[in-house]
Amino acid sequence: METSRRNFLKLGGAWALGLAILPAVKGFAANNPEHLVNPKAMAGKRWGLVIDMQKCWPRYQAGCRRCFDTCRREHNIPDIGNKKEEIKWIWTEPYGDAFPDQQHELMAEDIKNNPFIVLCNHCDKPPCVRVCPTRATFKRQDGIVMIDYHRCIGCRYCMAACPYGARSFNFRDPRPYIKELNPAYPTREKGVVEKCTLCVERIDTGLPPACVEVCPAKAITFGDLEDPSSEARQLLKNRYTIQRKPELGTHPSIYYIV
Amino acid sequence: MIARAFNGSKRYWSWVVFLLVLAGIGFACYLVQFNRGLTVTGMSRDVSWGLYIGQLTFLVGVAASAVMLVLPYYLHNVKAFGRITILGEFLAVAAIIMCLLFVFVDLGKPMRLLNMILYPTPNSILFWDMVVLTGYLLLNIVIGWTMLEAEYKTVAPPKWVKILIYISIPWAISIHTVTAFLYAGLPGRHYWLTAIMAARFLASAFASGPALLIVLCFIIRKVSKFDPGREAIDKLAAIVTYATIISVFFVGLEFFTAFYSQVPAHGMDSLIYLFAGLDGHAKLVPLMWLFAVLAVIALVLLINPRTRNREATLIAACGAVFISMWLEKGIGLVIGGFIPNAFNRVTEYSPTPLEMLITLGIWAVGALILTFLYKIAIAVKEDLL
Repeated sequence: METSRRNFLKLGGAWALGLAILPAVKGFAANNPEHLVNPKAMAGKRWGLVIDMQKCWPRYQAGCRRCFDTCRREHNIPDIGNKKEEIKWIWTEPYGDAFPDQQHELMAEDIKNNPFIVLCNHCDKPPCVRVCPTRATFKRQDGIVMIDYHRCIGCRYCMAACPYGARSFNFRDPRPYIKELNPAYPTREKGVVEKCTLCVERIDTGLPPACVEVCPAKAITFGDLEDPSSEARQLLKNRYTIQRKPELGTHPSIYYIV
Repeated sequence: MIARAFNGSKRYWSWVVFLLVLAGIGFACYLVQFNRGLTVTGMSRDVSWGLYIGQLTFLVGVAASAVMLVLPYYLHNVKAFGRITILGEFLAVAAIIMCLLFVFVDLGKPMRLLNMILYPTPNSILFWDMVVLTGYLLLNIVIGWTMLEAEYKTVAPPKWVKILIYISIPWAISIHTVTAFLYAGLPGRHYWLTAIMAARFLASAFASGPALLIVLCFIIRKVSKFDPGREAIDKLAAIVTYATIISVFFVGLEFFTAFYSQVPAHGMDSLIYLFAGLDGHAKLVPLMWLFAVLAVIALVLLINPRTRNREATLIAACGAVFISMWLEKGIGLVIGGFIPNAFNRVTEYSPTPLEMLITLGIWAVGALILTFLYKIAIAVKEDLL
């Protein structure tokens, strides 16, 4: 092609015009959210969980691992078999470790060492979202904190920011470590951060999170924390509940009945 | 002028080849990491930043230290620094390039690096760190090169450079302040959650950077005909002295708040881990005590005018400052922030050989850039002798 100043200017002009009208095109071309939402999707302003450990423990001590196992299968969570690179979405920690500032030295031993179910808190003010340099981690309008695995650059700043140790990094390719593959849910690749999504894929089709559904003791209650009539709010109103590290001001959406 | 970098003695070329070999080894190791993922490093779910980000943190300080020459020269007319401001600016260029390389090798998905620019995120300190670092790199390349070119042609430098120089002074402060903010604003990382973090960063920067410059000045005097001048070195030594005193004082302040308050979360556990070991884990204890001992040795040598003015002891003091600040900021600060973890448990970190070779490779790239830039600058200065 013959390159002349005239051609160069034409091309440059076309580029400039394109860039100038790009925001407008994006505006018009953007999908109308009305048409995107699954009609069966649950509507909530701030989803949260209330976990009744009184109900969980009798079963858990007897060996119930239903919530973990279901979550692992449902979301293709790999079993790396290495503590340092473990991928954890939902797991247990002793009371003293999960609530380090809410224990005292003379506490009943069984409470202190009892396992507490921990997972991403889907904070109302998530520090991970604040620090992410690419907006790969974000908070949905219904309060669920998510990661875009195709946007994440793997800087792990969100892991430094999360005070709950809820985020895992795929140090290696996780796919060979998935025991039984669930073709209905995506797998991850090396170099991205991942964590619990509160089962958005289920909420958006009208189902509660998998851990809530499978719990034989009905120990986990799912609900809209902004809706005073929700089951979760009723529990919060009538029972004494605690959150993890409330002093940090992150406003976790996971509550515990001890 | 660039041609001057390709015209050197046998000793010069063997140094260049040595650095190229190190950089090549580092690059080969990086390819392994790129292929297998960050699993080849010693980092973990609990200590998710390690040697790479530690080097970034330390080297931003070395870069920021250029302002310790530029500021006295342009704002206080300290003429002695006129001969060597270019050395400070070129040191900043090399250090920032190393910083950017360390961020790059730390990424899990390096090919997505441009997402930082495609989706600018003003609420992320990392975004601002990128902005100030690249800005400072450009400022120092433009200023350094323009000033040197003017010197080469024996003409007065263009007036606009002066404006850039004035901009570069607060900009240098900003690169280290913003890097400190990467750490200082995170809930739950109590060792980092301290308001004097930026001040600590600046103090240690103004100690370690000028200390390196003094050593570089002595090397330059030995391998070239250019003499940076005794007065400039004396003034730099005074800066290193004060900055080291302030830096050690600031570290002491952290100890006071943590241990007098006796609040375990407010950094006490991390400090205990670093200096005494926690729950039977004590990998960093020898390094942290080495930091303390070197800092004290440096202070003794620097505060005493007799040892500060004697060449051999000054070089030893500067080496001690550089290594101690590297241990404190490049190792202890970053790793200490992750230990104990969110569940008050200790997961230790030590870099793997591969990780160390990549790190060494990047240092070699930095040294190579510095060698080329200094070769050119000194060749120009030798011409004027």
